[in-house]
Amino acid sequence: MIEAVRESATQAHALLAEVRDLEALVKLDSELLGKHSALTLAKSQIGALPPNERREAGRLVNEVRAEIQTAIASTRRRLELAAHKQQLETERLDLSEFRHRVRRGSLHLVTQARDRLEDVFVGMGFTVAEGPEVESAWYNFEALNIDEWHPARGSFDTIFVELGEPEEVMLRSHTSPVQVRTMETQSPPIYIVAPGRTFRTDTADATHLPAFNQIEGLVVDKGVTMGDLAGTMAEFVRTFFGEDVKSRLRPSYFPFTEPSAEFDISRTDGTWLEMGGCGMVHPNVLRNCGIDPDIWQGFAFGFGIDRLAVLRHKLDDIRELVNNDVRFLRQF
Amino acid sequence: MKVSLSWLREFAPDISGSPNELSETLSGLGLTVEAMTVVGEIVAGVVVAKVVNLRPHGGADRIQLVDLDCGDGELRQVCCGAFNMAVGDLVPLATPGTVMPNGLKIAERKMRGELSQGMCCSAAELGVSDDHENILILNDRLVASAKLGAPLGQALDHEVDVWWDLEVNANRPDAMSVAGIARDLSAALDVSFCNNSIEISITNNAELVEDLITVEIQDPSVCGRFLATVLRNVKVGSSPTWLADRLVAAGMRPVNSIVDISNYVMLELGQPSHTFDLATINGATLGVRRAREGETLLTLDGVARQLHTSDAVICNGADEVISLAGVMGGASTEISAATTDVLLEVAWWDPPTISRTVKRLNLASEASTRFRRGADWGDNMERALHRFVQLATQLGAVAVTGHLDVAGDIPQRTPVKVRRDKINGLLGTNLSSAAIAGHLNSIGFQTQQDVHPHQVAPDGEELWVNIPTWRWDATTETDIAEEVARLHGYENIAKTVRRGQLPGGLNEYQLQRRQIRQSLVGYGCDETMPMPFLEPQDLANAQITVNALKLSNPVVAAQSLLRPSLLPGQLKAIAYNQSHRNYELSFFEVGHVFLPPRDQLLPDEREFLGVALAGQEAPQAVEVLDLLETTLALPNVVLRPSEPPGMHATRSAEVLVAGKVAGVVGEVDPVVLANFSVAGRVGWLELDLGVLLDAPRRNRKYRAVSKLPSSDVDLAFEVPDSVSAAAIEMTLQKAGAPLLVQLALFDVYRGEPLPQGVRSLAFRLRFQAHDRTLTDAEVANARQACIDEVLKRHSIKLRS
Repeated sequence: MIEAVRESATQAHALLAEVRDLEALVKLDSELLGKHSALTLAKSQIGALPPNERREAGRLVNEVRAEIQTAIASTRRRLELAAHKQQLETERLDLSEFRHRVRRGSLHLVTQARDRLEDVFVGMGFTVAEGPEVESAWYNFEALNIDEWHPARGSFDTIFVELGEPEEVMLRSHTSPVQVRTMETQSPPIYIVAPGRTFRTDTADATHLPAFNQIEGLVVDKGVTMGDLAGTMAEFVRTFFGEDVKSRLRPSYFPFTEPSAEFDISRTDGTWLEMGGCGMVHPNVLRNCGIDPDIWQGFAFGFGIDRLAVLRHKLDDIRELVNNDVRFLRQF
Repeated sequence: MKVSLSWLREFAPDISGSPNELSETLSGLGLTVEAMTVVGEIVAGVVVAKVVNLRPHGGADRIQLVDLDCGDGELRQVCCGAFNMAVGDLVPLATPGTVMPNGLKIAERKMRGELSQGMCCSAAELGVSDDHENILILNDRLVASAKLGAPLGQALDHEVDVWWDLEVNANRPDAMSVAGIARDLSAALDVSFCNNSIEISITNNAELVEDLITVEIQDPSVCGRFLATVLRNVKVGSSPTWLADRLVAAGMRPVNSIVDISNYVMLELGQPSHTFDLATINGATLGVRRAREGETLLTLDGVARQLHTSDAVICNGADEVISLAGVMGGASTEISAATTDVLLEVAWWDPPTISRTVKRLNLASEASTRFRRGADWGDNMERALHRFVQLATQLGAVAVTGHLDVAGDIPQRTPVKVRRDKINGLLGTNLSSAAIAGHLNSIGFQTQQDVHPHQVAPDGEELWVNIPTWRWDATTETDIAEEVARLHGYENIAKTVRRGQLPGGLNEYQLQRRQIRQSLVGYGCDETMPMPFLEPQDLANAQITVNALKLSNPVVAAQSLLRPSLLPGQLKAIAYNQSHRNYELSFFEVGHVFLPPRDQLLPDEREFLGVALAGQEAPQAVEVLDLLETTLALPNVVLRPSEPPGMHATRSAEVLVAGKVAGVVGEVDPVVLANFSVAGRVGWLELDLGVLLDAPRRNRKYRAVSKLPSSDVDLAFEVPDSVSAAAIEMTLQKAGAPLLVQLALFDVYRGEPLPQGVRSLAFRLRFQAHDRTLTDAEVANARQACIDEVLKRHSIKLRS
């Protein structure tokens, strides 16, 4: 019997070395250690041995059993590792095959520029006002101190809409009507910017569009000065374009501001780039909106949003902004 | 407005500075320099050389060999294609290394085997005039001290001049003239200015102007002042070169001596004038009035003009209209080659009157532009008349004695009170009264402190300012503040920053609009921005029947409508991309649409969101709606089957948000797609952001999450197409409450063994309680309640 036990240990090692999968191992486990295994049989025979041999035989059977269990466990580990390795091998993927299947879309360049402008001005304490794109002569011209015969009125190249009297309704030629709408409905102090679409009878070419975007600013408060206007423009320019970019004001003329100015920003080559117009709100405009110019003063400014996008991304043809070619849109 | 340095110096001889410095000064005054040209500057490397010998070139007929002496004892040989010089002539030689104005770099080289050590230059090559055929002969054009070999720029007896093209603002009638610009510039440079500096001396005959012509202002509201005189013995011919050259440089085309003089005086002094052939004026009498109903005039451009009662006109002794005042003369009295006697008109016309006529007839001109902005009604008018007469008499005309000066409603300007603290309070400066007065005086605004002695404020806190006659635009204290700021220099105003009391920020609508954009971009959509103009055919193609608003003067004639929907623009964008082989297009746009006005003047204008999914179908559009529903926490979004125009009739629905129609979702009608040449299907979602964003938001109050086990039950029903999934869902929700915590449609099946028009809808229901684990019996009861309610309400079958 002792021999048989020793033999079964030797045999177990040989069998375990041959096992190729976990299923076979389970079967072998039961063959080697189960009810009908040589070892279990040997254990049941221990009682039949002479008493002096029983102790030794029992120890031997337990020893061999433990040995076989250890061998099975290590074989299981070996097989599990192999199986894992096999699984990984069969599941191999080239992940580069899966790239570029999903992409985030893109915000239009004009929206990006507009959002950034809004954020800068919000940071400076402004709120954002909006108004309709189709306006009446009152909001687009008259309230802004531009009478019907005013020499400047013709220069706006207005697109008119067939509503009301001739030239009574139009696509707004600037965002300034929002100034009037704001002052009519809101009492000072007022700190707003008004971005939006504007229209002129310009034929579309590389540098012009009949529909383009502007942003307007308006401040009405007590004791606001032209120095505040110059300082606000300078701070905006620094925040938006960077510390190195300077701004300057130059005399100009707009019927709705006086004094009026163009504001320029410095370029790296020392020359100046014209950005837009600004000035102190004309007393007539305040009066037209029911605000007493002897109590309140204000300044206003306006410039093109599309042009900023064109400058920032070095577009050579502004028409790309309305062509909606995805090869253009997805660059940004 | 184009002006030259030399012309400006005729009024302010001490103007000095480099061209760039002067440009900066002009721009700082509000006379923005749009372009600057330096004329007559000679490039370095061109020297004076003497022709010593002329020899034929052995290998070429059209070139000769020129031996030149540059004063250094060496002869240089140059091959030259011009033959206008003789031995002994002085010519310009561009030596090797010279870069010509056109960029050509001169080098020593061989031409047909002969060495050429430079280039003899024509006037055009040097950039001093247009003559490009002949070599410029310098013989009598050099300064006395010029030597051979001297740089031509120093040797040439020729002044370098600078021309500026200035942008003159509409409130600066004075700056529409050389004299006016000189006044501004000399004030900024602090040098003297005199607009009388041109000596005007006229010899006239003994005839008195009063005996020759009559002028009567019948309507004083149209004409402030009317000066007139007569020139006899006029010979209409070409102008002297100096005058024609200046006109050309200033951007005007020479016509004949009389027209040119008129233009010259206008550019120089800002005063337009008009000339009549005296022989053609019936009665030698001019009357000034407004046109009458039905009157017409054949203007000198040959067009018969129907006149309007607001037009200012000049009529003859028979009361017939002969000129459209300030705008255009009549053909019947036009100067011709046969003209000998000229009646000269120098008048001041009412700016609004001229503006109306110019606008109505679309007849803008240099002259009418000056009248519209308000010409000078003062001494400048006589000066202009005299200047005209002087130039004409220099060409042989004979002046008569005197001129008529008839007054109409001349602009009245009372002194304007200017408060020191108001000026400083507006500009943010701290100028003394003396400084303010100094700035104003420098441009001819006279100041005094005692116009109304009883109103004098202490310590010069108030000034009384007389507006000069050349500043029709200026009438108020603010107008004067602007002049002070201009002369003080905008850049000398200290920059300060003002902050409001309230925080800045975007409002809810603006924040949510940004969220929508970001969600759509995250979903993979690209934002587009088509122009809002449409052709009538676009609407027909999109089957949109709403009356779109028409433009009176569209930029592109065919694109005459304002969009009532974002759909046509998006379909055009898709078609454009497909035609460029760009596929897989998911577009969105946020933009205004324009619907006819309801009861107000202005249109019903709304901000819409449009999402167009090319190559995708209605379900994907619904997916985008759900994306927005969860992004914005919209309450109660319901789809109501509908057939919106342009959309697929069986795959579209109206979107209701909190009971209000907010837009449409589904797919574009295949016929519409074909009309726009769009390939494949297009999923479409269009929402009115006003309705969407103004809707109440879903309550986001906390609800406890159950920690107890839940039970899932699957139910499938055979549902005819006439019953919507949403209807079944709603019934299940009601019947399952309160234990039903989750409900999802997880499978839709059509086909065998189901009959046509019926599909199987499979729902997964999850039951759960907050206070106990549900027993099998409780779950079974809840399940049965759901089944019973659905079968009862919808008369459909449970699928086994």
